[in-house]
Amino acid sequence: MDLATILHMQPEVMLSFIIIILLLGDLIIRQPNHRIFQFMAFGLLVVHIASNLTISDEVLFGGMYHSTPMASVVKTILTVGTLLVILQAGPWIRREDTRHKAGEFYLLTFSTLLGMYFMVSAGSFLMFYVGLELASIPMACLVAFDKYKHHSAEAGAKFIMSAMFSSGLMLYGLSLIYGTVGTMYFADIENALTGTPLQIMAMVFFFAGLGFKLSLVPFHMWTPDTYQGAPTPISAYLSVISKGAAAFALMNILLRVFGPMVEDWSLLLSVVIVVTITVANLFAILQSDLKRFMAYSSISQAGYIMLAVLAGDEQGMASLVYYIVVYIVANLAVFGVITNVEQHTGGLVDREAYNGLYKTNPRLTLVMTLALFSLAGIPPFAGFFSKFFVFASAFHQGYYLVVFLALVNTIISLYYYLLIVKAMYITPNDSPVPTFKSGPLSTVCLTVCVAGIVMLGLCSGVYELLQHVANL
Amino acid sequence: MNILSLFVLIPLLMLLGLWISRSVNQVRGVIVCGSSALLLLAAWLTYTYVTVRQGGNTQEMLFTDSVSWYAPLNICYSVGVDGISVVMLLLSAIIVFTGTFASWKIQPMTKEYFLWFTLLSIGVFGFFISTDLFTMFMFYEVALIPMYLLIGVWGSGKKEYAAMKLTLMLMGGSAFLLMGILGIYYGSGATTMNLLELVKLHIPTEMQRIFFPMIFVGFGVLGALFPFHTWSPDGHASAPTAVSMLHAGVLMKLGGYGCFRIAMYLMPEGAAIWGDFFLVLTTISVVYGAFSAVVQTDLKYINAYSSVSHCGLVLFALLMMTRVSCTGAILQMLSHGLMTALFFALIGMIYGRTHTRDVRELNGLMKIMPFLAVGYVIAGLANLGLPGLSGFVAEMTVFVGSFQNADLFHRVCTIIATMSIVITAVYILRVVGKILYGTCKNPEHLKLTDATWDERFAVICLVVCVAGLGLAPYWVSNVISESVEPIISQIIP
Repeated sequence: MDLATILHMQPEVMLSFIIIILLLGDLIIRQPNHRIFQFMAFGLLVVHIASNLTISDEVLFGGMYHSTPMASVVKTILTVGTLLVILQAGPWIRREDTRHKAGEFYLLTFSTLLGMYFMVSAGSFLMFYVGLELASIPMACLVAFDKYKHHSAEAGAKFIMSAMFSSGLMLYGLSLIYGTVGTMYFADIENALTGTPLQIMAMVFFFAGLGFKLSLVPFHMWTPDTYQGAPTPISAYLSVISKGAAAFALMNILLRVFGPMVEDWSLLLSVVIVVTITVANLFAILQSDLKRFMAYSSISQAGYIMLAVLAGDEQGMASLVYYIVVYIVANLAVFGVITNVEQHTGGLVDREAYNGLYKTNPRLTLVMTLALFSLAGIPPFAGFFSKFFVFASAFHQGYYLVVFLALVNTIISLYYYLLIVKAMYITPNDSPVPTFKSGPLSTVCLTVCVAGIVMLGLCSGVYELLQHVANL
Repeated sequence: MNILSLFVLIPLLMLLGLWISRSVNQVRGVIVCGSSALLLLAAWLTYTYVTVRQGGNTQEMLFTDSVSWYAPLNICYSVGVDGISVVMLLLSAIIVFTGTFASWKIQPMTKEYFLWFTLLSIGVFGFFISTDLFTMFMFYEVALIPMYLLIGVWGSGKKEYAAMKLTLMLMGGSAFLLMGILGIYYGSGATTMNLLELVKLHIPTEMQRIFFPMIFVGFGVLGALFPFHTWSPDGHASAPTAVSMLHAGVLMKLGGYGCFRIAMYLMPEGAAIWGDFFLVLTTISVVYGAFSAVVQTDLKYINAYSSVSHCGLVLFALLMMTRVSCTGAILQMLSHGLMTALFFALIGMIYGRTHTRDVRELNGLMKIMPFLAVGYVIAGLANLGLPGLSGFVAEMTVFVGSFQNADLFHRVCTIIATMSIVITAVYILRVVGKILYGTCKNPEHLKLTDATWDERFAVICLVVCVAGLGLAPYWVSNVISESVEPIISQIIP
């Protein structure tokens, strides 16, 4: 191993350096000031994104690390998403009880991001597992960041419990695979798989483990409690970045490793998709707490993302990544509005608090409306296009019934998204949330999100680029 | 740039203008300029189209253009018009123009109202100019979603319930539609989503058997196909005046147009297999809608059920699959669009004064507001098919065409559907007699005033169109039947 090999892992190495710089900064700066860290984190991340815009195909360390062209694109997307989360987290981290921990916040966030980097560019289950744990454990600290609040601490405990349990399941599955084929490298496993019952069992365990991360039904129980308890920016981060990375990793592994067993996992996945979308939609209708609501919404969105995995070809890969991009901007816009309202009303996240919001905060309401329409898949917003491509890719492979059931479910989801629109525009309220002005950074974040919601669909460039990369 | 793209570009500019306008007068200025421009454009397009056709151009679509959009999926932004789309564009432009005047005094949030209204019209115009399945579907959905807020915020009565029901049912239809579109695209193994290219390919019969009903039901929901019509009475009754006009006048025509242009044109074998089944449903729509209208007491509900009956007649005529009946179907779309818009406009104006739409509480309006009452009589007579007005031309063509289908089953259906004319006369004459004539019993109503200038303008425009179509139907009928020919020759070789 020489230095040159390590330098090929440029994104990972660079992110590690950023983490070290932040760690040193946290140690050295005597009077910790949240602004310094915000500035540092933001600047370093921008530099990081700018210097990693290349699309590379690297196989290093004997296949342990394999960054496909799509993986390098996904890393950039995740980093941009993280940048947006950091922008919205500003008002929250500035509070009295958290501002002295600002350094830790960025440190932990970037550590999970590094873990996701390794997840998406793993070439062996060992590497994948290390990445997964690196993405999970700091995440638990983030969820429990407001540790003096009962809810947050409880959410952290729930998260770490379920993360450990799912890791356990996955490790069991991996050990079965190692037992039957004698290797951990993706490339070797694919050739050695024969589809014996033991291997099918291993695949199911592995799938269940990752199902927890993706919060697919029936592994979704932790999601609503965690999203509700965690600080809102962390819920946002959890719902888009963490989920996006896990979805891509799942597709990558199902295709590259379990490719020969496609008959087995496609049936399993079809059932899980339909159940996930339906159950999550039905539960989402009942929620009045918006963070819980978004948790169920994100579960159902994960089901739609899985349709692209089901397709399992280049078109599916492109639609999956495109869906993640669109989902990131739309969901972050919703969470951005929730954070803003929460900060300016002393913690209101109930749907009733949004009654009559249009009268007092028209711009914020418009952002929320566009984002919800995008999540519901209404044209001309990006969500329509991403849903269409996902459906088209699964339909192309002949999964007519699954696509049909998913389509019927979009109507249910439209119902509950419209409930919020109704609250904001129609329901009368004598004492709506007072007019307030959101901070500059959060405004920038919301503007970027809205631009994404409107432009990502109408401009075909992004999808065509992803399709091009997927074909490489 | 293609001339047809202006139909989308002008409303987009209107959105921009509305966004930056600060006062109600500026909003009105923008909307009047924009809708007039659209009307002029539509008139000019019709004139040019007729001229080009008379010049001997026999291409199926004129003014075609195509720009690649999503190349990996062969999605293009393709536009083109034939006679059917030209008259539909003209109809939409007229309704949008008159709708603007009918909602002149809308309160509160005038600017937001017109923003959503304009977005709705983008969807309608975009749908009629498109020849690409994906773009059509996109514009179709763009036209649906503003309805939720337009009804929910500015509506009356059970508005929240009606708005949600309407949106969910129509979106449910579009879920079927999307299945059908994907089925056509992947089923035919096409490398294009353009209608004119797709029609040259043969979609396997098995695929047609599955996907024809999906598309037909998908569009049929919007065309008030029984039993999917239940959104229509609630939705129309709760919507503000101009939205009822646009929705019943134009949006419901998207359904019939889509059934004809996508379902039957691309999947003729599917139409042959499923035709009889859907014919029964449409016959039920026609008769059931008419009977329901008889027992209603709310003016808007009466007209909404009447729309179910008349729109059912559109689908009915299409499924009869003769040249004359299909021409009749398009004429009926045009005629119903104009007269139902006139009806809803008048009902809105009467309701704005009396604050009730209950037939039992209205009497003798002819003396109090003669202008509106005369308009109402004309609309009613057009609706029941009096010669000289548009309804007669359309229904005559429909029933003559339907009778040409010599099959016994089709004959029986035709006879049953024809009975709806009588029922229509019952509910129209009953209402006209009840609310317009007699003596006014409510002293409050005696103080009411007749129509203001903006209302008169809207009503006169529509009356002129209804009478014009009734008196000189030939040129419209010719334009339509020329364009029906290539489609119908796909269905009956």
